[in-house]
Amino acid sequence: MKLLTCPLNGQRNISEFTYGGEYHPMPDPHSTDARQWAEYVFFHDNAAGLVTEWWCHTASSFWFLAERNTISDQIIRTFEASEIFNQRIDFAENPQ
Amino acid sequence: MPFGLLKYGLSNEYPAQHHFTPATELKKHYDVVIIGAGGHGTAIAYNLAKYHGITNVAVLEKSYLGGGNTARNTAVIRSNYLTEEGVSFYRESVKLYNNLSNEFNYNVMMENRGQLTLAHSDAAIRSFRWRAEVNQHMGVRSELVDRQAIAELVPNLNMSEDSRFPIMAGLWHADGATARHDAVAWGYAKGACDRGVELHQLTEVEDIEIDKGRVTAVKTNRGRIECGAVVQAVAGASSVVAKKAGIPLPIHCYPLQAMVTQPYKPILTPHVSSPHVHVYVHQTSRGEFVIGGGSDPYPLYHTRATLDQRESLSAAAMELFPFLAQARMLRQWAGTTDMTPDYSPIMGVSPVENYYLDAGWGTWGFKATPICGVTMAELVATKKVPEIIKPFALERFYNYEQINEAGATAASH
Repeated sequence: MKLLTCPLNGQRNISEFTYGGEYHPMPDPHSTDARQWAEYVFFHDNAAGLVTEWWCHTASSFWFLAERNTISDQIIRTFEASEIFNQRIDFAENPQ
Repeated sequence: MPFGLLKYGLSNEYPAQHHFTPATELKKHYDVVIIGAGGHGTAIAYNLAKYHGITNVAVLEKSYLGGGNTARNTAVIRSNYLTEEGVSFYRESVKLYNNLSNEFNYNVMMENRGQLTLAHSDAAIRSFRWRAEVNQHMGVRSELVDRQAIAELVPNLNMSEDSRFPIMAGLWHADGATARHDAVAWGYAKGACDRGVELHQLTEVEDIEIDKGRVTAVKTNRGRIECGAVVQAVAGASSVVAKKAGIPLPIHCYPLQAMVTQPYKPILTPHVSSPHVHVYVHQTSRGEFVIGGGSDPYPLYHTRATLDQRESLSAAAMELFPFLAQARMLRQWAGTTDMTPDYSPIMGVSPVENYYLDAGWGTWGFKATPICGVTMAELVATKKVPEIIKPFALERFYNYEQINEAGATAASH
């Protein structure tokens, strides 16, 4: 069985986790047009090699990030989302 | 022909028939370079040569002919899709398949055995009614069938009402079929090579040269080739190859695993699939039971087989056909499926002039091979996108015009 290390719950069977898609930096919601949103939402690097992606520990609903090699199927490292998301994103029309 | 066969039989030498061009040096220039010698790539080359008179064509293959997903798919041919765009496209493909052996004068072992999809819930019955109505409207033979009809179609199916998920109804698709997948690629490649197309195996495209938004050459491990047009038909490697041309694609690659038993006496005629228990089973003309349809739960460019899939596919297959518990497994394998978000392919022009895309074939590539060859060749030869593939343009993702093909896989989604 393949194991994945959850930053919150430790090493668990990978069947306890749900893959959540590639991590991409989100474009600025205030200056992004429909075409750029389409690219952000639908298009993927789909790289053969090292990728950064979202995973969720299904049982505890804990979302985190993982670095994984898509050729060798090796998980390089997992880390909490707070490593990347360290400031608040404001979606309001006129951000304060 | 019978005399030729007799002469061949009485000869002491049994001269080998060369199906394909022997490896030659690459030329400096080709009118069309096709990347990928699977079913799709060779079908495009065949149609270019036979129907459009374009024979200065090279089909480049990094490995060997038909060794990718053409070899790895489970050879299911059907057209019982859900969207109008999908049904009319795959319907034409099934028609072409029915005449393919004649077209090639080469036996692709087409067998019209029909396909049965099982419903184990009320929700599935509702969606099957919907699919049957769409299919019939579009001239495809699909109908909702009850338990009695199912028992008659597949006498050895487990119809017990005490099973974990009892079978409630089915979608019977009389047009469903199977064919020898390797022979499809071989037939196309032979027909193309007979007309002057060059097949270059062990020739990997390393870079794609673009000048002023137009493709001009490809660099390979065997040298540089100038070209008028390029078609990429590389399935699991779609994103990787398109990236060399600077084209992002909405694709994620997942391994799809299948397995096959040792050969047994013929007892199962149609192809049987169950979206609910996530499996499909059919018996090949050699007698092996093909058990398929398990996607890995996360993207990967690795074609290893896993115990997880072996367990879940076996459990599901045994639920439908309990006698399979006695069967011995022969092989288990995976193919890299290039999945699109809407389960429809990406065909047509790209942002690079004269660079054509034939990608996003996920789990539905084999059944589309003949129509793909016809339409992509027409596009390359005439530079006009055939009406039937217009909806599958890459541009649909930018315009939010996806085609949600919920009938694309054996699994419901």
